[in-house]
Amino acid sequence: MADLSVKFAGVTSPNPFWLASGPPTNTGGQVMRAFDAGWGGAVWKTIGDPIVNTSSRYGAIDLNGVKVMGFNNIELISDRPTEVNFREIYEVKKRYPKNLVIASLMVESKRESWHEMVRRAEDAGSDALELNFGCPHGMSERGMGAAVGQVPEYTEMITSWVKEAAKTPVIVKLTPNVTSVTHIAAAAERGGADAVSLINTINSLMGVNLETFVPRPAVAGKSSHGGYCGPAVKPIALHLLSSVAKNVRIPTSGIGGIGYWNDAAEHIALGASTVQVCTAAMHYGFRIVEDMIDGLSRYMDDRGFKTIEDFRGRAVPNVQDWGDLDLNYKVIAEINSKLCIGCQLCYVACEDGAHQCIEPYKASAKKNANGFGVHVPRILEEECVGCNLCALVCPVENCITMKQVETGRAPMSWNDRVRQSAASRTPPMPSGD
Amino acid sequence: MPLRETAPKLPPDQYEKNFAEIAPTLTPRQAAIEASRCLYCFDAPCTIACPTHIDVPAFIKKISTSNITGSARVILSANILGHSCGRVCPTEVLCEGACVMHEKGEVPIEIGRLQRHAVDYVLGHKIQLFRAGAPNGKRVACIGAGPASLACAAELAKWGYDVTILDRDELPGGLNTYGIAAYKTRAADSIREADLVRQLGVKFRQKVEVGRDVSFDELEKQFDAIFIGAGLGETWALNLPGEDLHGVYGAIEFIAKTKVQPLHEVEVGKRVACIGAGNTAIDVVTAARRLGAETVYLIYRRGEPEMPAFAYEYQLAKQDGVSFLWHTQPVRVLGSNGAVSGLECVRTQPGPPDAKGRRAPALVRGTEFKLEVDMVIRAVGQKPVTEFLRAVKGLVLNEGGTVKIDARHQTGHPKYFAGGDCTNAGKEVVDAVADGMAAARGLDAWLGSPR
Repeated sequence: MADLSVKFAGVTSPNPFWLASGPPTNTGGQVMRAFDAGWGGAVWKTIGDPIVNTSSRYGAIDLNGVKVMGFNNIELISDRPTEVNFREIYEVKKRYPKNLVIASLMVESKRESWHEMVRRAEDAGSDALELNFGCPHGMSERGMGAAVGQVPEYTEMITSWVKEAAKTPVIVKLTPNVTSVTHIAAAAERGGADAVSLINTINSLMGVNLETFVPRPAVAGKSSHGGYCGPAVKPIALHLLSSVAKNVRIPTSGIGGIGYWNDAAEHIALGASTVQVCTAAMHYGFRIVEDMIDGLSRYMDDRGFKTIEDFRGRAVPNVQDWGDLDLNYKVIAEINSKLCIGCQLCYVACEDGAHQCIEPYKASAKKNANGFGVHVPRILEEECVGCNLCALVCPVENCITMKQVETGRAPMSWNDRVRQSAASRTPPMPSGD
Repeated sequence: MPLRETAPKLPPDQYEKNFAEIAPTLTPRQAAIEASRCLYCFDAPCTIACPTHIDVPAFIKKISTSNITGSARVILSANILGHSCGRVCPTEVLCEGACVMHEKGEVPIEIGRLQRHAVDYVLGHKIQLFRAGAPNGKRVACIGAGPASLACAAELAKWGYDVTILDRDELPGGLNTYGIAAYKTRAADSIREADLVRQLGVKFRQKVEVGRDVSFDELEKQFDAIFIGAGLGETWALNLPGEDLHGVYGAIEFIAKTKVQPLHEVEVGKRVACIGAGNTAIDVVTAARRLGAETVYLIYRRGEPEMPAFAYEYQLAKQDGVSFLWHTQPVRVLGSNGAVSGLECVRTQPGPPDAKGRRAPALVRGTEFKLEVDMVIRAVGQKPVTEFLRAVKGLVLNEGGTVKIDARHQTGHPKYFAGGDCTNAGKEVVDAVADGMAAARGLDAWLGSPR
């Protein structure tokens, strides 16, 4: 059985699964139930001067009947007094000493205020601190949250203030709403951060009610941009995580679109030591962690990974600049006519949306159980550019596969070409052959 | 005159329950989810399989985007009887049978129910989707108010023709109104559907029998062309002794009662025998059971594999608790005091092959047996309306008595076009619609397409 425990910036978590700072970690009662369900850690709902929230405050988009593919919120940090939060942290830690409680903090940008908050969080027994430099709405308008996390200098300065007072590890939570997240991550590292977590939510409007023309979520006939998260944001999170993993030395905690163990494993493969989950827990409850633990353990056992470190970051070197990719590598599509159901979505996608390399069916030799023809299209192999589109739109698993074909040419990247042409002084145009 | 013994009356609300639509309507959310299962195939097999070639992926996509009116427009522009077709089509051997989901190992998209969802919406909200075309000065008569005529009339009206439907029945709709099981479609639905055609300016003259109330000569004088959508006539007789006893009915005659009378008033025997095993026979036996008949026999002279009814229909009858007597042929209807009291039958076995290669059933001597029944229903197909058709000079009939037509549905008399059951000896509603539309195109071309 794989060992899921992780050492993260000096603290040990029973497993890499943490609840992200948000509504599921609003109270001690919730956090204790989460720990009972199996969560390794919980980042407390951000503590600061209590705020007042709006009603309503969440929005979601569904896709083809699947609910909550994307989610957003205009909720602010904790609306409960700081002393209540700290007292509950103390109670939770007393009962769950092995689980990690990470206090998420946000205060006005004054050195003393931060020192005071850090002291109180640590006195309550927090195992680590997470600085909320990412909240994209409401708090940023008051000079906190993303207003700090979008400026490298502020990030570095406030991180260093916190480090002056902190005895526990300091995690800086990064906002994706910046031009380059690596600049902010590097600033946090310079400020002395022990780790970074990313991504916070993405600026978003969830849609517009076309009857009332009020965007969602609606508050008294108006709306405001909020933070976007849920399954739909995972690719963005993975990209930013990989770019941070390549550019800073401190550990990372991956956040964004994690609902299943395999989402978590992908974050880990791109460098994350721990992962944080919020939307999925809001959708299905704390019980989802059971399969996250079970699935990840089985995955690791199947591949002989004894600890998270055995595969953590393994995909990072495989993320390269486009200019370093091999232009002489070639795949072409292959349709398995036995599996093909004859929807011809590959044909129309290729014909209208890509490179006109598929021919529609001519006569259907194949019949379905009721005697109706099955329209199996044909790949024009000599035309196929190997773009994947047909395989992506095909509704049948493994029906269209991309097969590597030998080009007989040695690997050659764009950067290789540029270097070669600089040496030979010929223009760096692709040959097109 | 009463039946020998009638089925005991059911509790008053049970009739409506028994004849409620078998496949309930979809809620908007169910429809949206089912619609989103559709893969949106290119050159879709379902569309090819549909005799009227409704663009199925297009109408389903529109349901998934909540464009229900647009969805109904796609359906009804290809098939003005999309409402009844969504209910009575044997979708499992048409669009849904061709659905690619079969190959995927999943249940096919519920195309019929989705079609109903869209069309019910526009009918329910009285949304008028089509308008009559600018008048082209041409007049066309359509004989019969069944699916073929309605489809032909609607198409012509959209192109600007002045169309009059002449129908011998009290209500329009033909077999949709009178001859299809009530749990599939109600007469009121069929009439509402005919109203879609009326909205296009088509005039309906009900209870008018051409050849009796108005002569063919007169029609030919008044109209530039005539479409014959007369359907079929009476159910074939069994030619058995005792067939004139009270309690022997034709299938359509019996089903019609369930369509136009309050269900609790429809008289049904306590024990019913139905002769024949086609889809109409299934409508008969299921109706008899649902009206309260305690024992219902379906009697067929061949075996189960030869049964002409669709598998789905057969399933319905089995679920309704019908007894099937295969390889059985009636020889005599028995009576007492003028009313049916029983049916004498004999066993059959497959004999030598007939002209078509089918093994004709041969009677097995000495296997005669009697069934105690109070009602006998003939469901052995309908006769063509040969006499009616012979009255049209120049019309050429096929061997079986159906109207001979060419590729554009023109008959031996150039002014007459024809389609539906009177030309194909009895197929589905959707085939009649396709025929009616094809005849409209043929007729329009023949008149020089004056639109």
